[in-house]
Amino acid sequence: MTDLPADLTRATAAVLGEALADKTISSVELTQAHLDRIAAVDGAVHSYLHVDPEGALAAARDVDGRRSTGETLGVLAGVPIAVKDVMATRGLPTTCGSKMLEGWIPPYDATVVAKLRAAGLPILGKTNMDEFAMGSSTEHSAYGPSRNPWDLTRIPGGSGGGSSSVLASFQAPLATGTDTGGSIRQPAAVTATVGTKPTYGGVSRYGLVALASSLDQAGPCGRTVLDTALLHAVMGGHDPMDSTSIAAPVPPVVEAARRADVSGLRVGVVKELGGQGYQAGVQERFDESVQLLVDLGAEVVEVSCPNFEYALAAYYLILPSEASSNLAKFDAMRYGMRVGPEGVEAPSAEQVMAATREAGFGPEVKRRIILGTYALSSGYYDAYYGSAQKVRTLIAQDFDAAFEQVDVLVSPTTPTTAFAFGDKLDDPMAMYLNDIATIPANLAGLPGMSLPAGLASEDGLPVGFQILAPAMQDDRLYAVGGALEGALTDRWGGPVLNGIPDLPTAPADRTGV
Amino acid sequence: MSTTTTHHQDAVMDYDEALATFDPVMGLEVHVELHTNTKMFCGCPTEFGAEPNSQVCPVCLGLPGALPVVNEKAVESAIRIGLALNCEIASWCRFARKNYFYPDMPKNFQTSQYDEPIAFEGYLDVDLDDGTVYRVEIERAHMEEDTGKSLHIGGATGRIHGADHSLVDYNRAGIPLIEIVTKPLVGAGERAPEVARTYVAALRELLRALDVSDVKMEQGSMRCDANVSLRAKAGEPTSAEQLAVPLGTRTETKNVNSLRSVERAIRYEISRHAAVLAGGGSILQETRHWHEDTGVTTSGRVKSDADDYRYFPEPDLVPVAPSRELVDRLRGTLPEPPAERRKRLQNDWGYSDLEMRDVYNAGAAELIEQTVSAGASPSAARKWWLGEPSRRANAEATDLVSYAADLGFTPATVAELDSLVRSGRLNDSMAREVLGGVLDGEGGPTAVADARGLELKQDDGALEAAVDTVIAANPDVAAKIRDGKVAAAGALIGQVMKATKGQADAGKARELILGKLQ
Repeated sequence: MTDLPADLTRATAAVLGEALADKTISSVELTQAHLDRIAAVDGAVHSYLHVDPEGALAAARDVDGRRSTGETLGVLAGVPIAVKDVMATRGLPTTCGSKMLEGWIPPYDATVVAKLRAAGLPILGKTNMDEFAMGSSTEHSAYGPSRNPWDLTRIPGGSGGGSSSVLASFQAPLATGTDTGGSIRQPAAVTATVGTKPTYGGVSRYGLVALASSLDQAGPCGRTVLDTALLHAVMGGHDPMDSTSIAAPVPPVVEAARRADVSGLRVGVVKELGGQGYQAGVQERFDESVQLLVDLGAEVVEVSCPNFEYALAAYYLILPSEASSNLAKFDAMRYGMRVGPEGVEAPSAEQVMAATREAGFGPEVKRRIILGTYALSSGYYDAYYGSAQKVRTLIAQDFDAAFEQVDVLVSPTTPTTAFAFGDKLDDPMAMYLNDIATIPANLAGLPGMSLPAGLASEDGLPVGFQILAPAMQDDRLYAVGGALEGALTDRWGGPVLNGIPDLPTAPADRTGV
Repeated sequence: MSTTTTHHQDAVMDYDEALATFDPVMGLEVHVELHTNTKMFCGCPTEFGAEPNSQVCPVCLGLPGALPVVNEKAVESAIRIGLALNCEIASWCRFARKNYFYPDMPKNFQTSQYDEPIAFEGYLDVDLDDGTVYRVEIERAHMEEDTGKSLHIGGATGRIHGADHSLVDYNRAGIPLIEIVTKPLVGAGERAPEVARTYVAALRELLRALDVSDVKMEQGSMRCDANVSLRAKAGEPTSAEQLAVPLGTRTETKNVNSLRSVERAIRYEISRHAAVLAGGGSILQETRHWHEDTGVTTSGRVKSDADDYRYFPEPDLVPVAPSRELVDRLRGTLPEPPAERRKRLQNDWGYSDLEMRDVYNAGAAELIEQTVSAGASPSAARKWWLGEPSRRANAEATDLVSYAADLGFTPATVAELDSLVRSGRLNDSMAREVLGGVLDGEGGPTAVADARGLELKQDDGALEAAVDTVIAANPDVAAKIRDGKVAAAGALIGQVMKATKGQADAGKARELILGKLQ
């Protein structure tokens, strides 16, 4: 294996998969290398809420054993992975970044997790996230934020900042994410990693602790477009346990990533997602990437999606509404945190529920529960939730019209590069605006990807390039992403992530479980 | 939002006086648990009476991350119920979340249907006791899931008030429920309680015929909430003047768990409302609890505008869109409407109205039908089923169908018993003895008769000797028979039977006696 680096944690999952298949390396060796890396750097980055060395090594030994008997295994068998803490993992703590679920160990696996296990991917641990996936920075994790490996004073994105930082700090070659309004794509953008939100229904939601059921979508996170495609193929597919799962095969994402061809493809630049309000360096890298696509033979046109203007407002009614109901189950009756009200002897069930929810939920979660409860209440339903659903229909119509003209749509993933901790914590609206370009795809249920477009000239931080495609055409993301990634690698003389500074090594101090 | 009032005796007005002053209006909400093999949104079994919390999974426990999947069989049952109630079936409808916090509801929302029920706008024609027909208009029938069951420990009443702690059994959580809601039932006047009872009874019969539910009110697989309001009396109950009077404030009485309770509870609420209104008071819109033992209702939760369930379409489920083909296919599976069936059977069997009512009250119509088709005569089938088996089922506080099923006592068994009588092997008293043996688990009728040596004597010689002895011993009776008083033969037959220890064929004995004396 000529392209297998000496430091295994620097290798791509695709290369590792081949090295494992031809027995150049063992999964135990590879998994141990990552556990060592975690021990060395996670104290500084805080990507993981829980690390499971025994479980990961046992799974690695199992894969190695099966391979030694000549069993044919999947292409990622033996490649370790980090799992976002929003996914139920049997026997492993699952907290969703909340005190509410501290110490909760699910008795069952999410379908996605079961698929990972069946495909032989050792699970290294659970990654940090904003509490119940509400946030764009991991600052809302009850266990403290993860840090951006590019600059430890900056946010790694959110809610999946644990999964993005784990990749950018080489603590895992692959990770899972969930994207309700950008929680896979925005963290990928600010860390120069790749993340895909598949078509709604393309990956099972069974076992994902729900934030907003009609918007949530699990997806793959990797350091390259091909790695992300390989993981996408493992995670995706119909699940009879999820009624909203689409009964169709996973689109040919791996083939598309390998083909990496955009010649003759019609690419639409979304007029409303760029320009004013977007950092100059972000816009510059985006424009440059668009030019690279033109050079590769794509036809580029500008398209307008006028109703995107209302996307953020609609999103912040639909999401809190669904979340207020989804999070009602955290009531201290059956699992998770339970506290009694202070100074009350023999409290009633209602008093325990109220005291626990007061103590167990953080401020952002409470804010959204209150918003959603209000938006759904009688007399306001039509004005808020009802109107938001109408906007949603209009946005879907904008997409339909756009996709009559073009094959994919593109935009910057985020308006800015990674911001510093504390910058937007006291201004929820500023924090919400960070997801302005990613939210429309969730409202319409469409697939989207973010991949690194280089570094912004003014701050040297990563910029994300977003690609959006029609439903169940996820493969187009990979064809465009693969082609652009190749051109950008030539442009920058290597993967963008190669420019990341070395991390200080520090022992982990996990405040989590 | 919830208040509990202490028990006190409410004032009530004499029923006839109440009806002279007020016109009652009712609305009935009936919840029916479907007896599907699995729950509404997961694969857990639905058996009644299992070990607490043994029939649960991540979905019906509402564990984080779990998702519901609709039970297609339950949807089909809902459609069949809708069709049997003459309803329109929605071509597209959704589930909705009804949000409120309660410990026995795992997700703190109930997955139900709100403004898009699967079935709507129907009716059920109900035969009242005197045979007149009342048409109950059906507003809607919708699908939902049941909640768990709370058991309050340490209080005097078993209710949450005063309890020391509570236990929750989630076996029931997620059992498919159909809620059938009537429109306001007007025009029944003093017969309102009777209308309610006969409607619930007719609904139960219909659901049983559809084979969609156990419909056991005592086990809670069929539950009735009765809404009652009174308005000023303005004329005859069905008159235009009366129907124009606006409805009064209603109360919703829960925990009404038998047909008799439905009638009593509504009668009580009418009298109670009347007393309040006549005293110048106003009715509080609230839920009331029916107490079977004392025959009164007590105040439950006050319903007010503060009740806001924040319904919204369930985003974890896709819409239910039954095709016309499916609906037509299900229409083809509907049983004969119970009222028509009852008339047909009565006609076929030649039963009187009273006999027919007894048969239905005993829940024996199906069994008799099968027994007749197994070869028994309708009168014999009725006699045997309504006799000892019914008595024993009653004594064991179960219903005849379950009692017979548990015992393996089938219509074929009864037909076999009847054939033993008809072939002349057994007389009536022997057959009763055999039936007792069969019900005691000694085997089938023939086997029991064999084992007990029960068989009418076919030896004419022995019978003739017995007849001669009896005639000789009763010269005056014999003289009467010779004079043409044939009825007197009964006394001699009795003595012959006694002499032969009941083993003789009474018909044959009669033949011999008359032959010798005429």
